[in-house]
Amino acid sequence: MDEEADQTALWPDQIFGHLKRARVRQVGYVPDAGHSRLIQRCRDDPQIRDVVLTTEEEGVGLVCGAALAGERAALLMQSSGVGNCINAFSLLKNCGFSCLVLVTMRGEFAEFNSWQVPMASITEDCLRLSGFVLSRVEHEDEVDEIVGAACDMAFDGLTPIAVLLSQRLIGRKKWPK
Amino acid sequence: MAEVILHRREVVRRVLDDRGDLLVVTGLGAPAYDVAAAGDHALNFYLWGAMGSAAMIGLGLALAKPKLRVLVVTGDGEMLMGIGSLATIGVKQPGNLGILVLDNRRYGETGMQPSHTDSGVDIAAVAAACRFPVARRISTLAELDDARGLLHSTQGPVFIQAVVEPESVPRVLPPRDGNEIRLRFAQALDRIER
Repeated sequence: MDEEADQTALWPDQIFGHLKRARVRQVGYVPDAGHSRLIQRCRDDPQIRDVVLTTEEEGVGLVCGAALAGERAALLMQSSGVGNCINAFSLLKNCGFSCLVLVTMRGEFAEFNSWQVPMASITEDCLRLSGFVLSRVEHEDEVDEIVGAACDMAFDGLTPIAVLLSQRLIGRKKWPK
Repeated sequence: MAEVILHRREVVRRVLDDRGDLLVVTGLGAPAYDVAAAGDHALNFYLWGAMGSAAMIGLGLALAKPKLRVLVVTGDGEMLMGIGSLATIGVKQPGNLGILVLDNRRYGETGMQPSHTDSGVDIAAVAAACRFPVARRISTLAELDDARGLLHSTQGPVFIQAVVEPESVPRVLPPRDGNEIRLRFAQALDRIER
């Protein structure tokens, strides 16, 4: 399957700039087309330990372990990964850990694969019920402000926050004809 | 299978004896009680839920504190639920991380039903295949003495699967307030670094 995020878009670099400004030192992720440029920036940065996960729920433990040691961490995942995390998210509520999750949406705008839609349609509710404050980005010109605010809220306000990066922002997934 | 002579409380007590600044994360249930029975400590992070997360919490800690040793003490069922974590840890190769699995081949909290290891699923072999440079299955006191040294000082990640008697032992309950456990741990860690 041919999946290509727009490698010329600036917004992944803006997100990376905020992670650096916030002194994020660990980034957990499952490989993802929408986050590909941001993941590569993290992998290339000697100050950031990038941790490729087998499933997104591992990332919740990672964030909590880092926080126990006073280190800031962030999670990158696709909307489908949110469902994998639900029980692990109980760590945040039970122990008062903060968490920043950046979610690339599948299963909404111009989605060609109907199998992505059920999880996408409950992603926001799952996050909200799990104790997250939500922000949603529809357009590229909103990324900088919203992600910057989310970093402040997660790391200074100690509030679990998820930013949903819409499929419209990321770009239609191309389906090879 | 050879006769099991290791007892979980004794295994944990020996491993945690003279622990220094070891950072300890426990899986939920019996391993948390075993660690509490060895002596409650501010540098213990006990899980009461989030089954399958213990090893990854250990990884986050180990990456953040490369000069300190981190030990995850958990059960076979909890390790199986987070089995993919072994692959994730294998990628990062944290030299300061150890995992001690107390393998009683049972889900003790739910009525001692057999776990996958009871059917011969070999999780130490999984760890070895996931690039843990040390991955051992132990069942004797002599092996336990070696394993203690490996967990405390050998370049890891180290994986020890201790085959223990499937016995019920009295519960020794650790603190249950997650905020208290987190704050106490973070403050103690802050103190040893000053």
